[in-house]
Amino acid sequence: MLEQVKQVILVLSGKGGVGKSTVSTQLALTLKEKGFKVGLLDIDLCGPSVPYILNLEGKSIHQGPEGWIPVYLDPEQRLGVMSIGFLLNSRNDAVVWRGPKKSSMIKQFLEDVCWQDLDFLVIDTPPGTSDEHITVMENLRPVKNCAAILVTTPQEVAIEDVRKEITFCRKTGIPIMGIIENMSGYECPSCSHCTNIFSSGGGHSLAELAKLPFLGTLPIDPRVGQLAGRGLPAVKEIPDSSTSKVFGNIVDSLGGLLSNGL
Amino acid sequence: MSNVPENAPHHCPGTQSEDAGKVSACAGCPNQNICASGLPSGPDPAIEIIRNRLSNVKHKILILSGKGGVGKSTVTSLLGHGLAAKNPDINIGILDADICGPSQPRVLGVRGEQVHNSGSGWSPVYVKDNLSLMSIGFLLGSPDDAVIWRGPKKNGMIKQFLSEVDWGDLDYLLIDTPPGTSDEHLSLVQYLCGAGVSGAVVVTTPQEVALLDVRKEIHFCRKVALPVIGVIENMSLFVCPNCHSRSEIFPATTGGAVQMCTEMDVRMLGALPLDPLLARCCDAGDDFTAQLPHSPAVQQLRLIVDSIIAVCEESST
Repeated sequence: MLEQVKQVILVLSGKGGVGKSTVSTQLALTLKEKGFKVGLLDIDLCGPSVPYILNLEGKSIHQGPEGWIPVYLDPEQRLGVMSIGFLLNSRNDAVVWRGPKKSSMIKQFLEDVCWQDLDFLVIDTPPGTSDEHITVMENLRPVKNCAAILVTTPQEVAIEDVRKEITFCRKTGIPIMGIIENMSGYECPSCSHCTNIFSSGGGHSLAELAKLPFLGTLPIDPRVGQLAGRGLPAVKEIPDSSTSKVFGNIVDSLGGLLSNGL
Repeated sequence: MSNVPENAPHHCPGTQSEDAGKVSACAGCPNQNICASGLPSGPDPAIEIIRNRLSNVKHKILILSGKGGVGKSTVTSLLGHGLAAKNPDINIGILDADICGPSQPRVLGVRGEQVHNSGSGWSPVYVKDNLSLMSIGFLLGSPDDAVIWRGPKKNGMIKQFLSEVDWGDLDYLLIDTPPGTSDEHLSLVQYLCGAGVSGAVVVTTPQEVALLDVRKEIHFCRKVALPVIGVIENMSLFVCPNCHSRSEIFPATTGGAVQMCTEMDVRMLGALPLDPLLARCCDAGDDFTAQLPHSPAVQQLRLIVDSIIAVCEESST
């Protein structure tokens, strides 16, 4: 099913809660705004966040003649989304599954979803380097154009886990497009004093250390947080924010990659 | 005979019988080899071993959250320090069950220490006289080493941690877990069913995107009959160090943990504010409770520790 996808982008991080889902959704939304056809696959089975962030909770998946039809965000069908969240009866239902069951679900997501022609398929992952990640790598092996974006926060404790994820990517042979540092500083709304709550610069120095491109720094911006649950792109709603600039730049370089015939 | 499967051949001697897999009726049965090997008998023997090993541990507490990065490891270490400081005569152990992303060695400031093996088992690393830690982080050669394991291997490691660590006499064993509701969590609950778990402390942050996963975790606890001691809300309010005004970085659009606790009928243990110094202490491995004993976070923590002790004491009597 993935032959018609021009480029697969995996959003990874060893650590949880650093903003993988926020980055995945904003990346997909920005790509869509720039006119690309995008798919977003959420393989976090125990904690799917994408349906909530994109305001698609309660939508359901239909079976078409060629496979599962993803949920589309827009009537023009430029952004298709697939997540286990669409298959649960209630939003509070827990998916209590061991590895093998998770692996077969992910395999189905990769093989049975009818994405049609896509420019980009963004895959949002759970934290760690275990079943989900091994399965997705194994199944993406025949796919030619596949790269990873790593998300981290500036704290040492997050960077420590992201270093493990870099090792994982190198071992499994997936090229790393670069590192994004999220939650860098917080500007106090009343005095505009910037506090580096989770310290700063960690992502940049990690990129230097691992000799990887640094894709940008996303500050803690409550305006971006408020977009969660509404499915709106930061580039359109808050175009002057540094978040939109970072995503704009990433998407421009991705677009260049695509027009160069990969 | 009760242990004859419904779809077994006629004259099946029963799977638990001495003759299982050996009598003539077994010829041609697809499960003959399994029966003959004598494997499928009874519950996992590890449960009994773990029960014996942990018989000197009074209270076993799991620290859970469906969501990653909400502060499970930070809260675990704070509870560990808080309990240890409260009374020098009680002993606390921390087991880091996050196999793919172990954070405890850094947060507790014991990175690079070695775990020693002796006749009585693996000796944990001592952070203080009465606070010890076991983590896979101690077994890795370099901080870049990734543990790329599927479920069964992770389960094996957890089984070893539970059955082979020589904790000595402990009053509290705090088990820090990875995010999710999968292998690690199921295995912990399963292996500890003989030894008995006091309950789970669930950590969350105020935003809906975290609460969404935390509700799933509470459902998981209900499914596996694990009592929930209570919920701790982390990163609640941010106090600007410059102008001391309060702001919500992660706004509780759906009422935060308080609302969730009422909805799901669980106890709210308290809320810890977001303190940049706390994040820094975690990175440096310093004991935040000793460094800033008068900060609002530590004062809140004391109250939380007291209510956890109260719940544990109550349930054991």
